[in-house]
Amino acid sequence: MSLRRTPLYDAHVALGGRMVEFAGFDMPVQYGSILEEHAAVRERVGLFDVSHMGQIHLSGPKAVEAAERLVSCPVASLRVGRVRYGLLCNEEGGVVDDVTVYRVADDALFLCVNAANIEKDYRWLVRHAPAEAGVRNRSDETGLLALQGPASGDVLAAVGAGAAAELKRFAFASLEVAGVAALVSRTGYTGSAGFEIYAEAGDCAAVFSALLDKGEALGLRPAGLGARDTLRLEAALPLYGHELDDTTSPLEAGLGRFVKREAGGFIGAEAIERRAAAPAVRQLAGFELEGRGVARAGYPILESADEGAREVGTVTSGAPSPTLGKSIGLGYVPPALAELGGSLTISIRGRGVQARVVATPFVVAGR
Amino acid sequence: MADYDLPDECLYTEHDEWVRMEMDGARLVVGITDYAQQELGDIVYVELPSVAEEVRDGQPFGVIESVKAVSDLYSPATGTVVAVNEVLADRPELVNEDCYGEGWLVAIEGVDAEVLDSLMDANAYRKYVASRAE
Repeated sequence: MSLRRTPLYDAHVALGGRMVEFAGFDMPVQYGSILEEHAAVRERVGLFDVSHMGQIHLSGPKAVEAAERLVSCPVASLRVGRVRYGLLCNEEGGVVDDVTVYRVADDALFLCVNAANIEKDYRWLVRHAPAEAGVRNRSDETGLLALQGPASGDVLAAVGAGAAAELKRFAFASLEVAGVAALVSRTGYTGSAGFEIYAEAGDCAAVFSALLDKGEALGLRPAGLGARDTLRLEAALPLYGHELDDTTSPLEAGLGRFVKREAGGFIGAEAIERRAAAPAVRQLAGFELEGRGVARAGYPILESADEGAREVGTVTSGAPSPTLGKSIGLGYVPPALAELGGSLTISIRGRGVQARVVATPFVVAGR
Repeated sequence: MADYDLPDECLYTEHDEWVRMEMDGARLVVGITDYAQQELGDIVYVELPSVAEEVRDGQPFGVIESVKAVSDLYSPATGTVVAVNEVLADRPELVNEDCYGEGWLVAIEGVDAEVLDSLMDANAYRKYVASRAE
């Protein structure tokens, strides 16, 4: 199957990006060193192409009501110009996708969704929203850049969008960025301060190149999906397909604060309440490796370091933390083992390596 | 295509490792090639065999990890490990910085010299790398 390309494919290749498959798209995993791209975001500013992500719009008199019924976070109370993180859940309380909800107008909003789930989400929304909710998939027409790091506001100012600095976290506005009409949102997936910039697909290359050009003097570097992953892991932000899937409950994943708790409020709410009332089976825990190595997704978590120790869980994400200089990870374990300070054993290619349960986020960057 | 540093005094394996003969061929020093270190990116962890361990031609003898990926290291010959680069435990980035020098991996002795006939010289390895890029 041929891979899909974002509007910036040629720019990535010209920048020497190493292209890899991600969610059916041909995307840059890195341009040079992942560690340097990671550091650029934490210390200065990095620019990511995340145009592979999807945007599904709802509009019309039923749009807000439909979204309220579909996502776990409150929607009716979301003011125009504000964003909320929430989950699309199935009837069993599992996670169809994790999304951000943008209230564009009284009767219009859109969901920014994971690339791997665009078609699934679209079908889910069409199936569960009334026709008057005007569900429309605008993923192909929409480009998305993430400008992340403490100097991100300075870069926007350098391309004529200094007004972005006025935005509060989880707020957005229509602004001209390098002369292009865009929606600038003070959000991100790195744990650092930053913005996400939505523009028409055809305008994206111009915005990308202007940001690179004006950002150079401010320390901006293009950054790929490799750094995006280590950054989001340091911030303990979940990645669909790793921490979340159709079977995980948002509560197990530690996302209870994004769930409206009044029963019947949205699809899946009753099942989530039912699961919450029963003894918890597993809980997502953050850990730091105490021994050497890297705990990768899929590695077993063992009850102890003893020979023949029982497998009690699985690593969902793991990487060396460039900021901390040690290996970190997330994984599902029985709740008794998820307590802070507790000890876990990660099986790394058959070798038991000790890990300690630590508070998340692993890294708190200035936001 | 990117340009790679491939010293003429080394021989190369299909697993992107280099081999250099020392002590008149009695000892092989092994590392990964410039191509391999560039492909892997930032090396964050290296797991090597122990001194005195027997290793076998073509069999995995260690692991090298970058931020994103885990790769096996394969022994270029059958023999006995006589030295490992222990500095890499704390400074795995040396493999990126100096893959033919301070970033060496292991030294092997007791090797049948014939095995070296099957390895590539720098020119052949350069073509091998290019052939895979297509």
